[in-house]
Amino acid sequence: MSTFKPKHQRLVLVLIALAALIGAVMLAAWSLRTQADYFYLPDELVADPPPPGQAVRLGGMVERGSIETMADGVTIAFVVTDQAAARVPVRYSGILPDLFVEGSGVVAEGSVAADGIFIATNLLAKHDENYVPREMQDMHKAMDGTGPEATTVGLE
Amino acid sequence: MIPELGLAALWLAAALAALQLTGGAAAQRGDAGDLAALVRPAAILQGLLALFAFTMLLWSFVVTDLSVKLVADNSHSMKPLIFKLAGAWGNHEGSMLLWVTVLSLAGGLIALIERRLPERTMQATLAAQGFVALGFYAFLLLSSNPFERLPVPAAEGLGLNPLLQDIGLAFHPPTLYFGYVGLSVAFSFAVGALLTRQVTPEFARVMRPWILGAWVFLTLGITAGSYWAYYELGWGGWWFWDPVENASLMPWLAATALLHSASVLAARDALRSWTIMLGVVAFSMSMVGTFLVRSGILTSVHAFAVDPERGSFILALLALYIGGALLLFALRAGTISEGQRFALLSREGALVFNNVMLSAALGIVLLGTLYPLLAEALDMRVSVGPPYFNPMSAVFVIPMLMVMTVGPLLRWRHDNIDRIRLPLALLVAIAVTVALLVGLLASVGLLPMLGLVLSVPLALAAFLPLKGRRLTRVPLATWGMVIAHFGVAVALFGMANESAFTRERLAAIEIGGTERVEDWQITLEGVDAVAGPNWTALEARLIAQRGQGEPVRISPQARNFWTPPQQTTESALITRWDGQLYAVVGDQTGDGRWQLRLWWKPFVTFIWYGGILVALGGVLAIAGRVLGDLKRRRVAARSMARRSERGRLRGAAQTAGDRA
Repeated sequence: MSTFKPKHQRLVLVLIALAALIGAVMLAAWSLRTQADYFYLPDELVADPPPPGQAVRLGGMVERGSIETMADGVTIAFVVTDQAAARVPVRYSGILPDLFVEGSGVVAEGSVAADGIFIATNLLAKHDENYVPREMQDMHKAMDGTGPEATTVGLE
Repeated sequence: MIPELGLAALWLAAALAALQLTGGAAAQRGDAGDLAALVRPAAILQGLLALFAFTMLLWSFVVTDLSVKLVADNSHSMKPLIFKLAGAWGNHEGSMLLWVTVLSLAGGLIALIERRLPERTMQATLAAQGFVALGFYAFLLLSSNPFERLPVPAAEGLGLNPLLQDIGLAFHPPTLYFGYVGLSVAFSFAVGALLTRQVTPEFARVMRPWILGAWVFLTLGITAGSYWAYYELGWGGWWFWDPVENASLMPWLAATALLHSASVLAARDALRSWTIMLGVVAFSMSMVGTFLVRSGILTSVHAFAVDPERGSFILALLALYIGGALLLFALRAGTISEGQRFALLSREGALVFNNVMLSAALGIVLLGTLYPLLAEALDMRVSVGPPYFNPMSAVFVIPMLMVMTVGPLLRWRHDNIDRIRLPLALLVAIAVTVALLVGLLASVGLLPMLGLVLSVPLALAAFLPLKGRRLTRVPLATWGMVIAHFGVAVALFGMANESAFTRERLAAIEIGGTERVEDWQITLEGVDAVAGPNWTALEARLIAQRGQGEPVRISPQARNFWTPPQQTTESALITRWDGQLYAVVGDQTGDGRWQLRLWWKPFVTFIWYGGILVALGGVLAIAGRVLGDLKRRRVAARSMARRSERGRLRGAAQTAGDRA
């Protein structure tokens, strides 16, 4: 191997570095477009479902009375809903997060199966007073907005 | 009184940082008068004052002074002492005070002992150090005063987040901060060298122990953080590409690149502007890391304090420092003359390849971490996870690991491929054998396969630089390199095994029931209610037996803390040399069975052993360099003494001659 032409060495190094970095950025941009997990609300998922198998996140409320444990004892089925009519059936196998309860918010990571059931690989529930998944924070705010009216109904 | 003393010390330290900045700046304008002479003493005193302020905060936590807001919010009189102390930095204000304390102590230390560089370069370095510190003092004093008093003292503290009440985590954040701060010292040296046009091998040698130190702390911090997430979250994973994990990984990648390019600069006087650039990038990444963690801008298990005002303050600091440094670089880089040249096939060439690949991987991680933020600005909500990070970073890391096997065997300047043909052929043969074995015996995904195939030759290749040398004469720094490279191979082996061969079992079983995972047999003996100092828990009593071996009792718990109310999962682990059994207990089902989640994770511990080896390599390298420097100083001092002695004798002889 010969050394570079004296004048050009620095230039060649800079060009190699630039090429690698630009390559990395382009690769990242392409991959981010295809690999990022999009966040869906129940009505969005019902209206325009992602292709089966694609990783997405679904956020909403766990419908009251919908949690159902399968015979194996570790798979549960429940329904994620929004304030309106959209309902998405979800199935999850695993140990439930501690604060996963009916009527509370949840973010499910997973994908939609061919039969329209959302197969969750991970559930994020409200973890404690301070940590709330970001998407859920907005939902809680929206709920808080409706809260006062709900609690004062019939008091006037 | 104690908190007020701390606050006063903090204001004084800020004033001294300003003095350090003006003095250093004055020295650059050729006015090396009284002000410039004050730079070093100011830096030392500033370090001591910051340490004093931090000690006052620690003291307030030790005595649980509930009139201090920070103590009332984060501590509790019932907490064990070690967690009271950890509470001092387990929150926003305290951790920022720790940041600036370490920064100032580092500045004081270089002011005290560093004499190798020209005085003007040192003054510029300390001015840069003062400038960085000043920003953080402003941040502390104006928007997050740790010593703020409550109008009425609280009756009892609110306690520390129980997720953080863990011995590993008590030392995890400070470790990372030491790393971040070490990089800020490297940055200050880079600015000093750039300002005074002294980008020399000597500069690289002075900077190197700081980079190494930062790198060792970051390595330990990442390793400890990964292990913490592994056993504390109860998800069985060891890396989640969580933004806060990335915030510690990015400075590590930059520091690794900087470490190698500084070695080239120190040994061969090449890669001058590249090293400066990496110094700026590494510090920028530690600022980005601080920003991501402290602003709470990203969704994360760690982002427990969301405060837009503080976020904007750190963002402004970030823009100021990075923008300023890049501007300075753009203005001055042209004046750095080109260093020594080298051939493509040489140790320098391999190190350049390492640098470029690490930088590209850094770019991948940075883009993936920030993409959700960018998307949110466009009103799109996305998250980026392993399907992006794993393959994309592998694209750059795997070629880098391949070059890493032979890089240390190459000669400086230029080399001939024939010279390393034999070891190269041997390593390739080993890789092919491993590939065939794994391919025949198991079906494994592409990335774990590549990891397995690379890790074995990499582990052997790490020791090749010792071949044909007397082991007792090998310098410590070389041992450091060998052990660190070996550690990378060990960690890679663990990662590849974990992702290729983990077995998981999820089941609901009744009391007395048995479950199998791999060759383990786990029996649920019972479930009890137990209580700790500030929690109650459901504890499963499990008996685990491997094959016909001795049965072992383990007891995973689901804990409930009460101040503040929170639940955590305490996994139970059985460690064997070839892996770990990992058990988590869940809820009781309607029919009285208990949910158990069990994993057998072969060689998973190698991931963290590898991390520790890498850090140990770094420690050996620092020891080697510092001892070498001390030896040089002793030799220099002795020859100086001899010269003056000779001068004195000659003088005496002359006077005697004159007299005669």
